[in-house]
Amino acid sequence: MKRELTATPAADLGVNDLLVLLKPRVMSLVIFTALVGMVVAPVSIHPVIGLASLAFIAIGAGASGTLNMWWDADVDSMMRRTRNRPIPCGKISADDARLMGLWLAGLAVVMLALAANLLAAGLLALTIFYYVVIYTMWLKRTTPQNIVIGGAAGALPPVIGWVAATGALALEPVLMFALIFLWTPPHFWALSLFMHDDYARARIPMLTVVRGETVTRRYILGYTCALVPVSLMMALGSVGGPMSLSLAIVMNGVFLLGAVNLVRRTDVEATGDRYRAERKFFRFSLVYLFLIFAGLIADVFLRPLASSWLPLF
Amino acid sequence: MMPLAREHELHAARSGRNLAVGICLVLFVVLVFALTLVKLGSGHQMEAFDHAVRPSLVESGQ
Repeated sequence: MKRELTATPAADLGVNDLLVLLKPRVMSLVIFTALVGMVVAPVSIHPVIGLASLAFIAIGAGASGTLNMWWDADVDSMMRRTRNRPIPCGKISADDARLMGLWLAGLAVVMLALAANLLAAGLLALTIFYYVVIYTMWLKRTTPQNIVIGGAAGALPPVIGWVAATGALALEPVLMFALIFLWTPPHFWALSLFMHDDYARARIPMLTVVRGETVTRRYILGYTCALVPVSLMMALGSVGGPMSLSLAIVMNGVFLLGAVNLVRRTDVEATGDRYRAERKFFRFSLVYLFLIFAGLIADVFLRPLASSWLPLF
Repeated sequence: MMPLAREHELHAARSGRNLAVGICLVLFVVLVFALTLVKLGSGHQMEAFDHAVRPSLVESGQ
């Protein structure tokens, strides 16, 4: 149930506040994964069309972030991590943020349809709808599986990038989708382990709040294990190569060790060292995703040199 | 009522915001223009009906 926000717009809005409203960190991840989807696609895209498509995908991500902040302004004001965002601070009114988000979303979808194709634009519209309506408005406040199901929105950008280049779906973008989808729970649950109090205060039913830390740690390990076959399939497939395979083996090994370490830790140990291992695991999850996707790009450039590499499927 | 100083911090914040919006609009126009050039240059529909029969616009057999 959404709660009333008491803050009223007072201070003047600066450029930085507008940028924060677009969630630049999420946006950078979206741009990067969409770029990978575009670069590894078997059809080359004209650089201008590629750049324009990436810009409109980024604007779509920014619109989603803005609409998420509009809806979540009440809970953001209760959490340490988010209480300095522009709406809880009163730098922009929730209505203005909603208007900005809706206009940007419309612009991004229409322009992507014109720049790339209708399927890519449709997927971008689906991503925005899924993130704002399904995740933010519905799941986030109702189920501890919120970020599992909601993770689908964050997993779609490489698929959009691929479709912008090729105009069609294939197994490879589905694997990229699956990888980000399975990576999202360990990433966010690690964050929620050391931000547990924040979520409890805002009454968000995160797994750590509803089921406790021990269960969350087991779930993190489960999803980390599920990541292994997907990343290996991707590395052994037509978009992969020697670099992807090497990185997948090393990164999965380190990520799995981190997850096992989290399962072995007790709540007392974690509180004692201020969730040091959990913070480390969270930071590493970002490196993991970056390197797994960077490996795919590296293989595109290495492919002419590694002619003996034969994809398994 | 006290008049606002010539360069109040409100003015600085607003001019910064206006400049950012201006730059974004210019970039958008440049991007759309570049897209148009690429799309037209790569053989997308460039001809339309202009009241004169053009063989290239008439389907074969008609």
